[in-house]
Amino acid sequence: MNISYLFLIPLIPLAVFLVLGIFNQKIKPAVSGWIGVAGLAASTILSFYAAFQYFFVTGKLNGSFQSFTEKMVWMNFTDTLHIDLGILIDPISIMMLIVVSTISLMVHIYSLGYMKGDPGYTKFFAFLSLFTFSMYGLVLATNLFQIYIFWELVGVSSFLLIGFYYTRNSAVAAAKKAFIVTRFADFGFLIGILIIGFYTGTWDFETLNNPEGAAIVNWASTSFMGLSVLTWALILIFMGGAGKSAMLPLHIWLPDAMEGPTPVSALIHAATMVVAGVYLVARLFPMYYFVEEGFVLNIVAYVGAFSSLFAAIIAITQTDIKRILAFSTMSQIGYMMMSLGVSGFDGLEGVGYMASMFHLFTHAMFKALLFLGAGSVIHAVHSNYLKDMGGLRKHMPVTNITFLIAALAIAGVPPLAGFWSKDEILVAAFENNQFLYSIGILVAGLTAFYMFRLYFGIFWGKETTYAHKPKESPRSMTIPLIILAIFSVMVGFIPFSEYVTADKLGFVAHLNYPLAATAVLIGLIGIIFAWIFYKKENDLAERFAHAFGFFYKWASNKFYFDELYLFITRKLIFKRISAPIAYFDKKFVDGTMEGIGNKTLVIANKIKGIQSGKVQDYAFGFISGVVVLAIVFIYLWTN
Amino acid sequence: MEKYIFYVLALIMIISAIASVSSRKMLRSVVYLLFVLIGIAGIYFMADYNFLAAIQLTVYAGGIIVLIIFSVLLVHHIDMELEVAKKSKRIITALTCLIGLGVFLTTIYSHPFVETTAAVTTTTADIGFALLSTKAGGFILPFEVISILLLAVMIGAIIIAKGEDGAEDQPKETPLVKQEKSVEKKEELLENEVTV
Amino acid sequence: MIPGISITEILTLTSILFFIGIYGFITRTNLISMLISVEIIMNSTVINFVIINKYLYPELLQGVVYSIFIIAVAAAETALAVAIIINLYKQISSVDVKETETLKY
Repeated sequence: MNISYLFLIPLIPLAVFLVLGIFNQKIKPAVSGWIGVAGLAASTILSFYAAFQYFFVTGKLNGSFQSFTEKMVWMNFTDTLHIDLGILIDPISIMMLIVVSTISLMVHIYSLGYMKGDPGYTKFFAFLSLFTFSMYGLVLATNLFQIYIFWELVGVSSFLLIGFYYTRNSAVAAAKKAFIVTRFADFGFLIGILIIGFYTGTWDFETLNNPEGAAIVNWASTSFMGLSVLTWALILIFMGGAGKSAMLPLHIWLPDAMEGPTPVSALIHAATMVVAGVYLVARLFPMYYFVEEGFVLNIVAYVGAFSSLFAAIIAITQTDIKRILAFSTMSQIGYMMMSLGVSGFDGLEGVGYMASMFHLFTHAMFKALLFLGAGSVIHAVHSNYLKDMGGLRKHMPVTNITFLIAALAIAGVPPLAGFWSKDEILVAAFENNQFLYSIGILVAGLTAFYMFRLYFGIFWGKETTYAHKPKESPRSMTIPLIILAIFSVMVGFIPFSEYVTADKLGFVAHLNYPLAATAVLIGLIGIIFAWIFYKKENDLAERFAHAFGFFYKWASNKFYFDELYLFITRKLIFKRISAPIAYFDKKFVDGTMEGIGNKTLVIANKIKGIQSGKVQDYAFGFISGVVVLAIVFIYLWTN
Repeated sequence: MEKYIFYVLALIMIISAIASVSSRKMLRSVVYLLFVLIGIAGIYFMADYNFLAAIQLTVYAGGIIVLIIFSVLLVHHIDMELEVAKKSKRIITALTCLIGLGVFLTTIYSHPFVETTAAVTTTTADIGFALLSTKAGGFILPFEVISILLLAVMIGAIIIAKGEDGAEDQPKETPLVKQEKSVEKKEELLENEVTV
Repeated sequence: MIPGISITEILTLTSILFFIGIYGFITRTNLISMLISVEIIMNSTVINFVIINKYLYPELLQGVVYSIFIIAVAAAETALAVAIIINLYKQISSVDVKETETLKY
């Protein structure tokens, strides 16, 4: 299958970014918005066409989906070890293309209305295009190093977009925090890449992931401290993915990243960038499964499960609607990681892999919808906090209905999309690790509870009187909401398992009725609790919170992780380790250099005395030179 | 006989040279130079070069000494004592000169000089013919060049000594002069304080 | 040739005079004293020319003629030097060599 036209998919947003960036002041805002949308629309059409071609026409060969690559060598180290740039087409990359294109297009259309009047309008669309280009490059990467390059680019775009309101100190601090935390995680990622490059001799995904290839077959060849070197590399790579996907304990940047504009939160921190970590583990899944017999997958599963539980507990206590949604994202990504962690490889055992990718797909739809809806509400009410909202169902009907659909989807109510994907995850967990299944079920209930706490808090609850009456958002903002709502309903019915699996052969998935019923029941219990607590205004919630005492206080302060990290970095690392090193650097290293400079100056000052301007000194030099030369040539230098 | 005369002359020359170079008074230094020049003329007489000895006495002892004395009178307080250089400078210079002298003397005494014993007197007529002969071995060209040089020197000396018009009113203040002036000012202040 | 005196003695004398002249040139602080020292140096070289001519090559005339030229040039140069010293004295009111150090670093 000819895949050369797929190069256009990342290159069009890159061109848009360059045009909008260079001609920033010369383009009128309205025009730049439509340029961005047009570029994205073109990429989206190409993505859908490619998906259609791949999944339905030419992708399958002998019943299994094959991968197509087209690449060029960028940097050559040895015969096998080289950094390539190119595109790799296989089921998960095509799926991610669709996710990124759809969400990005919706966010672009939404931003036409949301960012109207902002002085940095053109800049915003330029950055959005830059991000989309980076995400496409990440998704289409053929090579571990290429993923790393685009990984960093995505981090940079995120930094630029979080700090978009750069006049606010909190936004600047949040952008820095996001970049530094993910950079710290990427340090582990880089070391993992280098270890893999050194011990297997290649960075190419197809070679690494080949179950009969040298990388996987010889995984036990070198070991370090009891585990194979490749295991350590995979753990470090997972550390990079955990940082980008805001897993415990590298999650601290995600709530603060809500300082960016809401379309940014929808695009980056809900649907696309934060799932890059999950995508990375999925991309290297054969290595994760076979090396050390899936040891690292255990770590992945537990980290994912505990992150989701942690985030769900905190989400219940938050009062800023975007932060509730941020923790909800962390929780759902924890689900995806957990599902990857408990997955097998062949056929039906690979249901965890399939479920994780399916949940990624559906989650993108309804989480983006939730964020865009929240943005619509914030746009109308001019405040992020629950206490300033209530009873908005009368004023904003479209937002109300779409938000409700998304909330039902995330709670796992059939026949919406979330039910199907969440159910598959719970099936995978149940079959492999009962403990993790119990955590998963608990989190499902908590998810439903806090999501409907949010829904009722905004649209029902107390009847707030507003300073100026909130009205429904303009059509540029409500159209994406409606489209995403339709997707949230429809995508659940895609027979995902026939297209995206670990071993690239499809299988037919059946519904496990007892488990499905349990999940739906837990979800409904959560919704009912939220109804009781929040639909009408009462103080039941506060009494309940008081009953929990200090646990509630801890949860609402996000379990003091930020304070802990600040303590470790400031008091321990800066004072004890960095300060002495800085002192040594300043005193000795700088001192030596300055000393050399000073000595040169001193010697030069002494030497310049030779040019004293006194004739007699010159004469003296002359005479002594003559005498010395006479001695040398007459007596000492005998041929 | 000539030996004694030569040694006496040499002694006088050396002592006068040293005195000229180390004397504290200006005019005495000039006069010692005069003695050195006369001694040199004496050696020329002994070597049977009457013409050169006459030129030496006329040009040097007559012309240049007078010129130097006039310049001394123009720029000096006659009874002002000259400064001496720092001791370290004097010792180092003396050392270098002694080493150089050692090198010269070693070379001179180790070289086999082939002296001729024939005494040929050079008369003034010979020198005149040589100076003005245009044949090979003649010195007419340097002679003419020297005359042009003397012309240039004369013109140059006149122009330099004349100076710029109007630049001779106020002599500029050099650091030494400034120092003297400040010392004078301080002395005046002290006198005023004492009187008050 | 002077009967009874070898050439080395006279060359010794001129070397001593030469170095006395150099010592004077480097040590003295007065411009005119430096001029006097230069005179001593030049005179010693003139003796050298004449004596070598007389002792080693008596039939040639180069030494004598050249010494005439040296004397002429030395006289010219001394006259010019005195002119410069007088001009300098008009500018800076001093003939100390310490005042002439402007061409330094």
